[in-house]
Order: sequence, then structure tokens, then C-alpha cells
Amino acid sequence: MRSLLAILTATTILVPAVAGAATVYPLDRATILTASPFDVKVEFDGVVAGSDVTVTINGKPAAEVLGKEATFIEKEDGVEASAVRLEGVTIAEPGTYTVVAKAGDDEKTVTWEVYGTSAEPKAKNVIFLIADGLSVAHRTAARIMSKGMTEGKANGRLNMDDLDRMAFIGTSSTESVATDSANTMSAYMTGHKSAVNALGVYADRTADPFDDPKVETLVEALRRQTSKSVGIVTTSELQDATPAALFAHTRRRAEKAAINTQIFDLKPEVILGGGSAYFLPQSVAGSKRKDDTDHIEGFKEAGYTLATTKGELEAAAGSNTGKVLGLFHTGNMDTTLDREFLKKGTVEKFPEQPGLVDMTKAAIDQLSKNAEGFVLIVEAANVDKMSHPLDWDRAVVDTIEFDKAIGVAREFAEKNPDTLIVVTGDHTHGVSIIGTVDDEKPGDQMREKVGTYAEAGFPNYVDSNGDGYPDSVDVSRRLFLAANNGPDHYETFRPKLDGPFVPAIQDENKKYIANEAYKDVPGAVFVEGNIPRDGDTGVHAVDDVVLQATGPGSENFKGYMEQSDVYRVLADVLALGAAQKK
Amino acid sequence: MIYTAPDRRQALAMIGAAALCLSARPARSAPSPISFNELYGKVSVLGLTFSDKVKALEGKPVAMRGFMAPPLKAEANFFVLTEIPMALCPFCSSDADWPDDIIVVYLDRAQTFEQANATIEVSGKLEVGSWTDPDTGFVSLLRIVNADFRRV
Repeated sequence: MRSLLAILTATTILVPAVAGAATVYPLDRATILTASPFDVKVEFDGVVAGSDVTVTINGKPAAEVLGKEATFIEKEDGVEASAVRLEGVTIAEPGTYTVVAKAGDDEKTVTWEVYGTSAEPKAKNVIFLIADGLSVAHRTAARIMSKGMTEGKANGRLNMDDLDRMAFIGTSSTESVATDSANTMSAYMTGHKSAVNALGVYADRTADPFDDPKVETLVEALRRQTSKSVGIVTTSELQDATPAALFAHTRRRAEKAAINTQIFDLKPEVILGGGSAYFLPQSVAGSKRKDDTDHIEGFKEAGYTLATTKGELEAAAGSNTGKVLGLFHTGNMDTTLDREFLKKGTVEKFPEQPGLVDMTKAAIDQLSKNAEGFVLIVEAANVDKMSHPLDWDRAVVDTIEFDKAIGVAREFAEKNPDTLIVVTGDHTHGVSIIGTVDDEKPGDQMREKVGTYAEAGFPNYVDSNGDGYPDSVDVSRRLFLAANNGPDHYETFRPKLDGPFVPAIQDENKKYIANEAYKDVPGAVFVEGNIPRDGDTGVHAVDDVVLQATGPGSENFKGYMEQSDVYRVLADVLALGAAQKK
Repeated sequence: MIYTAPDRRQALAMIGAAALCLSARPARSAPSPISFNELYGKVSVLGLTFSDKVKALEGKPVAMRGFMAPPLKAEANFFVLTEIPMALCPFCSSDADWPDDIIVVYLDRAQTFEQANATIEVSGKLEVGSWTDPDTGFVSLLRIVNADFRRV
């Protein structure tokens, strides 16, 4: 009898590892906030009979535990297999929940951890600042470029350098060791990891990008449990993956028109960024919608003050509704380097774009009018958008601007100590600083002018007006940042003063080849790519992200954490497990 | 001259200009050149308005220089002309961010892809007004139709 039991146990343990076993969403080891609505889906490997299907939770029928009947789908759209779904269920009691889904031999067991939070909030306000793609090299370069360095010690500190607590964040996706902004920001904002390109859902096997099992986002949880105001500030399109992760539920981050509708439905009090093209009806030139919906009119009717320039944003500060829609570009906003210094990119067309600092100030001014507190998400999008094309000067100058926005948040928190500040990235890039490029070094080839080790010395950026930005990035001895991956391209060893770098472009075989526009830059060398030829730019690194925090609850950020664990800290600090609506 | 695939280019070049182009459009008047920075009179967050030049050239032959954005298929009867070489196919990438300055070009017939690195000149009739492509659902307000193109 004893040996028979051992065999049975062994068989049972092996079941989840058998290829083709059922999949249960939320996935094994999911962490779920108490009373937070989520969808459950079981995907069986083949077509099964509904009468054979059982789904139990801690030994009881799922319907009994979750309070809803499951729907059985014999054949899913485009899939020769069955599924079970339960939509918008909740679990009120914290604890460990073991889910067993069975249909004949197809069986899967997963365990969920349902967590509660403090009954009382630890912080009234949360300001979550994220630089997309923020890597250690970006920080180091921003510090050296902005503050300078003498005899090996930094001449000054960044605002992010003095945040109290720190954690290393793992960013991998449910289907891949690598990640993108959608998956990672979605994990930060829901507590559930997901797949590349997915927002607010587990990515299921069907083709429909809107039918995937949903999880609750931070903004939805705030609306459900609190009377706090919510703000989003970004230099990208507001429908881009990072800001979209606050609102959206879709498998495909590219569904930007639909995402804008989801933003409209949730109506965050302060919305500042680019991407007006998705607010405009298709009949207006510049629109990227495929319907006649006019979200700008809709927001106006909902009592929002509209701002389309830096000046209008300043004027909106005088409004008393606490609701501002600021749209400053049809697409992504320009980089700080282009906006403030070079006047390249699309600055000629949109000359009055505010920067991240202006937008962060305006957002805090408006949101802090709510006596119940607020949650503000600030994204420096161009750190990533300029790191992909290996345009390091633009990425670093935007990191400096990001740090100034952190300064604005810290200033507010000094006067309002019941504010938690979190500063992080969503993934890293494969970039490091390896020294300097010194035009004065002897040699005909630019690579001979790369200084490594003792030859690197220190760069000679000057900040004569003390604004924190170097007067010029085009100095004779500049930081040399190099990517460890990328497509075929020409390395010019110089800042791209004519506009953002476009390293590679597609040929007739859909392969990316080096952009010949840079071939004749003096000293340019051809760098053969090391990623597949269907990649157009450098890619995200799998390296951990550094997260820093200060304020109440920040002590919970420590050691190594998954990006989905970050949400649990936010939920606890805001006591999202407790209803606080007044 | 009508563009042909690069490998057949030289052979057809000899007969191209004389035979194909002239016989196809005997009565065509010289197209008016127009550039990307002449398309819009006012560019704003709340939408763009077409320039007086675009309004004046509506329905008339124009010539425009730019780069062919990577198309949906190797051979297609329409593509997007951009001011600078584009790294991404605006139709196929899940993350394509289109530049603001594009114009849709509908060719007389399906033709093969031009190197995205190369400047091309498109000639055809300027069409203004909303049009939804029945195949792709792509909505354009500004197009060059009955077009052909050549490498500059």
C-alpha cells in the first residue's frame, strides 16, 4: 500500500510538467489583492466534454468559492480546444488558494496567494516616477554630465541619489525571460506579471486582443476603494504601453485607439502628454482613429480644462476643477535635447511643448487640491525611445530631466511627508559607459580617440548657467556610452546634432541594414549587428532594474523583488484592501 | 520613367521612358513639385490644416520626393511616402509610430519595393479628402493617386 501511494504521489507531482497540460489563469504563484476583480480562465489542451470538467478551489467547486458560475466553451474561436471562464470574480479572504482544473486526463494544479493590506493607508499620496528603460549607465551618465566629476568623486548628486530605500527588480515576462514596457508596467500597476505586448490581462491563446482574462489595474482599484485623484504624466503618447498600463486591458499594446477609449472611460483627473492623434475623430487631419469619436470634446464636456501648449498648461494651473487634459503633440513629445537645445526632431512643428518638470509641477498642483490625496504616475518616456536607436546623448539628457521631475516630487514630499515616492525603470537597456571620446587624442580613426581606463580621464561638459544640463553635449571630451547589442549601424562617436539617430532601416527583404545617412560622417565605422536582422534597433536588456523609494511604506522595498511585488507594496501603502470612500 | 524591379531595371530602361511612359499618359501636363513641409498650413495638437498650396493643387498632377516606407507586401499598389527613411513598416509593426509627415501613394499597378534608403520621386494626381482603404482599413486624408515613381 505504501509503495502504491508513492507511485500515485509521484504521478500527481509530474502532471503539471506533462506537455500539453491545461493552463490556468491567473498562473501558478499569482498574487491577488483581496476583493480585487479578476477573470479566471482554464485552457484545456484539447476538446473535452463539459460533463467531464471540474474546477475546484481548496477542494470546493470553484463556483462556490468565487460566487459565480463558470462558462464552458467547447471550442474556442480559432482553437480546437475547450475552455472554462469566470469573469470578474473576487476572493475576500487572504490566504493560499489551490486551484485544480480537470477534464479526463488533462489536469492542472496552480496555487494563488491572495493578500490583504493594512486597514489604514500608510501614505495619503503616492508619486510613482518611472523612466522607461532606465539603466544604471543612464543614471551614472546623467550624474556625470549634469554635475561633473573631480578626481573621481562626483561634484554633485542627483535627486534620485538620495532616496532612502532600494530594491532590485526582476522584469521577466510570463512567456519570456525578456520583457517590454507593457508587461512590466502592467505588473507594477496590477500585481500580475503578463506577456510582452499585454496590458492588464493574462495573454491567452485566442487571437482576439480584447478577450484575454483581465486583472484589475491600480486606477480601477483606486476608483473602487478610494476617493483619491489620479494623474498621468508622460512624454510619450498617452496610449503608449507605460501610461496605458494604468487603464488598459488588451493583449496588444498597439490598439491605441481602443486604449484611448479605456482612458476616457476611467477619466484620470490629470492627463498630460502626447498622442492627441488618438483623441481626434478620423475626419480631422492628423487623427489616427478609425471612427468619429471626439475624445477632446468628451473631456471638455466632462469638465476638463484643455491645454495644448506650455503657456496653456501654466494658465490651467489657475483652474479650480482639479481636472486637466494637456495634449502637447499628436505623437510622442520631443526629447529635452531637441526641445530645449537643438530645436530638432519635430520641435519646429510643436514649438511650445512643456517638459516633464513643467508637467509634473502642474499635475501635483492640480491633484493636491483633493483632500483625500492622489496617486500620480510620471513617465520619462524618451530614455527608452532614444536608447532603442542608440542615441545616448538624448537618452541621458532626458534622464537629467527625469531627475529634475524627481526633485519636484521630493519638494512636495518635504512639505507633505505623508507621500510615498517611488523611482524606477521598467526594464533596462544593454548600455554601459566605458570611458570617453576625446577629439584631441592622436589618431586618424575615431576608435583611437576612445579613452579607456586611465586614458579616459574625465569629460569636459560645462554647465555655465547652472541649469543642470550641459551647455552642449558636443564637447571635445565626452562620455562614451556603448551598446552591447544592436542592428547593423554606423558608429559615429559623436552626438547626433541633426536629429535623433536612426541606426538601421529596412531593405526589400525586410532585413535591417545600416542607415547610410551616417556612412560619411568623418570617422564613422560600420558596426555589424548581433541581433537578428529583423530587429531595427537595440533591444531591452534582461538585467534587473533598480527601484528606489522614500516616504511611508518605502521600507517594504528591499532586496530582490519581482516587478509584480511592487504593486503589493503600493496596495498596502494605499490600503487598497480596505474601502475608504467617503 | 516608370520604375521597375532593380534586376530588370537596366534592360527596361532603354525602352521604358519612350515606350511605356509616353504611351500611357500622352496628355499629362508637367506635375507641380510639392515638398513635405508645404503640405500643412497649420500644424497643431488639435489637428492639421492643409496648406493653400495643397488646396490649389487638389486634383492636379504633382511630383513629390521622399522615401518609401517599408510596405505591407513586397509587391503592392500603394505605399507610404515619408520625408526621412523610415525604420518600420507602418502597417506591420505592432509598435510603429508613424511620422507626422506622410503621404499615401496609390500606384497605377502593383510594383515592387524600392530600397528604403533611396530617395524617390512620386508623380501622380493629388487627392484631398477622407478615403478608407478597403483592403487595410487605413484612412487617409491626402493621397497621390494614379502614381508612378522613380529613383532620384
